[in-house]
Amino acid sequence: MIQTLFGSLDEQQKPSFLDRMKEAVTRTRENLSERIEDAVAFTKEIDRSTLDDLEATLIAADLGTTTTHEVLQTLREKADRKQIGNVDELKRLLKEELLAILTAANTQPVTKVDGTPEVILVVGVNGTGKTTTIGKLAQVFRSDGKTVLMCAADTFRAAAIEQLEIWGQRTGTEVIRTKPGGDPAAVLYDALQAATARHSDYVIVDTAGRLHTKTNLMAELEKMRRTAQRIIPGAPHETLLVMDATTGQNGLQQARLFTQSAGVTGIVLAKLDGTAKGGVVVAISRELGLPVRYVGVGEKAGDLLPFDAREFVESLFA
Amino acid sequence: MFENLQEKLQRAFKTLRGQAVLNEENIQESLREIRLALLEADVNFKVVKQLIDHIQEKAVGKQVMTALSPGEQVIKILRDELIETLGRDTARLKFASQPPTTVLMAGLQGSGKTTTSGKLANWLKNGGHRPLLVSVDVYRPAAREQLKIVAQAIKANLYEGEVKESNTGTVERLAKEARREAVNTGCDVLIVDTAGRLHIDEQLMDEMQSLKRLLNPQEILFVADAMTGQDAVRSADEFHKKLSLTGVVLTKMDGDARGGAALSIRQVTGQPIKFIGVGEKYDALEPFHPDRIVSRILGMGDILSLIEKAEQQMDKKKAQELASKALTGDGFSLEDFRDQLRQVKKMGSLQSLVGMLPSIGPFAGLQKHADKVDEKQVNRVEAIINSMTAHERAHHEVINGSRRKRIARGSGTSAQEVNNLLRQYAQMRKMFKQMGKGSFARKLAGMKLPM
Repeated sequence: MIQTLFGSLDEQQKPSFLDRMKEAVTRTRENLSERIEDAVAFTKEIDRSTLDDLEATLIAADLGTTTTHEVLQTLREKADRKQIGNVDELKRLLKEELLAILTAANTQPVTKVDGTPEVILVVGVNGTGKTTTIGKLAQVFRSDGKTVLMCAADTFRAAAIEQLEIWGQRTGTEVIRTKPGGDPAAVLYDALQAATARHSDYVIVDTAGRLHTKTNLMAELEKMRRTAQRIIPGAPHETLLVMDATTGQNGLQQARLFTQSAGVTGIVLAKLDGTAKGGVVVAISRELGLPVRYVGVGEKAGDLLPFDAREFVESLFA
Repeated sequence: MFENLQEKLQRAFKTLRGQAVLNEENIQESLREIRLALLEADVNFKVVKQLIDHIQEKAVGKQVMTALSPGEQVIKILRDELIETLGRDTARLKFASQPPTTVLMAGLQGSGKTTTSGKLANWLKNGGHRPLLVSVDVYRPAAREQLKIVAQAIKANLYEGEVKESNTGTVERLAKEARREAVNTGCDVLIVDTAGRLHIDEQLMDEMQSLKRLLNPQEILFVADAMTGQDAVRSADEFHKKLSLTGVVLTKMDGDARGGAALSIRQVTGQPIKFIGVGEKYDALEPFHPDRIVSRILGMGDILSLIEKAEQQMDKKKAQELASKALTGDGFSLEDFRDQLRQVKKMGSLQSLVGMLPSIGPFAGLQKHADKVDEKQVNRVEAIINSMTAHERAHHEVINGSRRKRIARGSGTSAQEVNNLLRQYAQMRKMFKQMGKGSFARKLAGMKLPM
């Protein structure tokens, strides 16, 4: 935990990201496969109750009833036709189903015009970990030798600007800020001007956490998008919705409404180092075609890993 | 907050209504739908199973003796179960016999501990207490700065202290110093904001335990996000095992999360949910009323909560004036009507407001209309009244054809809409007048919403 304050740039974590990814999902995996073993241990033959137990397992992982039913429906039919002979095959097919959903979601960021900064807008409900994710994201780009500018457009929450500035110091990134209570679109304007002048590679924009049901605050995000668009063509190129891995089915509604207002292009699944499984992203991928870009697995600057659907699903069922 | 769950449950019960006798088969169908609704509300699947098992048992046992309709009986059984799960009584904060009372805030990252600490201090202040805030979150960047700003905003006392090293030693020292500060400055409640931590982080959970030993707090509140999914049981359970929680604060209840976590957490910890967070403002903290919320989940309404909420926000004097004016009928002008609309808007969305009323008896008609109430429509009505002159508002009868046209143009509506408003307003006046004489409830039953 102490290292949190001394997260440095020369931390070498790149080569091991797959291992760390595995580590991060180990708990999920052990749990899920344990339960599946539990579910099917008593018989080698697949019967309906086996599938019913699997259903509980997926629901416990926050996949939600709809997605769970859809995923299992196919398996159920095959099992009824006795096309699935044993538990291993069942697992393999289930894995494939989930992987297919996650990989089908492939919304890409808007391609930026050469020579202009890539603008990444970071949005989400309160307390999901937006500011922390931005700090880590800056670290990812900085380690790649890129120049980054952070934009402190969360002018609402107490000490949000200070928090981002500390991340700026940790990652050697400049933060464009305004006074608390200032207009987020105005500070965004300043940041994009600065980034253009300095030929920064990336601008990462922090926004205030907001519940997706607050229409006025959601409209503010639309305004920020318009502001960005005016200054840099195609901006924001990427809009990341940061989602807490503990989020339940409300995550789907978050994704829907943030996509409507802020044009979300990808998900960051934060706090995956706990026991929560973040299965709602499967539901989100399925319904909205939004891919998960990164997963957050800790409080250190290096604790942000690229999401690999295959690896993720493999790890779940290893 | 619970609209969605309520909706689902109501749909589930519809399938049972009108059936004379409960049999295995129709119970199964309803239970299946209840199960789905609860799961979608993020109630933990094990909790759901327990609930369903209980209901099934009770429903089958009681099917003969019922004076209720079969559907109503299942509702009643489920309601009883939910009330039992959420705890029957409104819980209160425990205060120390010898001040200061210490409240320790605990929870995962981002659940809202710092904001809730501020809200709680504000709530205590309004109740005549003198709280002292301290943040022992020496880990998250600018966490202590955040509480400092919150304390300034609500004008509460804060013990700041100094942090040289970010470790458990510092955390313990800060807590001790803050306690001394509370005694020395005559603060009667010490609120200790802690760093968010994962329930599986042994080192930080140990730190929490040592804070508990050190402070011997009267309250250890678990701050949990209302949007939490199935994992809520696990984190709550771990926190409870390590710390023996005394209560729960459910935050972000102003969103559209179905709030099933409330059931899950209550079930695994056995501890009452003491408060709910319902907004970003520092007064957006409300006591949790299990019975009311359960009634609300089940569509029986929350008339108590509605009245309380209305009372808090409505200017009482204005309310009294309006009421007396309304009941005499003649004095109730369009201006008053607009004031009332604005009050209603202040209280929150119309749908949720009407949704809090019971869907039975005199309010049955209203519920049906609530679905159709368009918030935008309220704005249109307001715009129409805004486009009237003061004289027109006080004397609606002077509004003739050309005035009507002008008002419609000014408010961006049509003469027909202006007409509708005026007609409904006239009906309302008449009804209010009658209400002043007759039975309120009976009259309200026939009331049409003026939009």
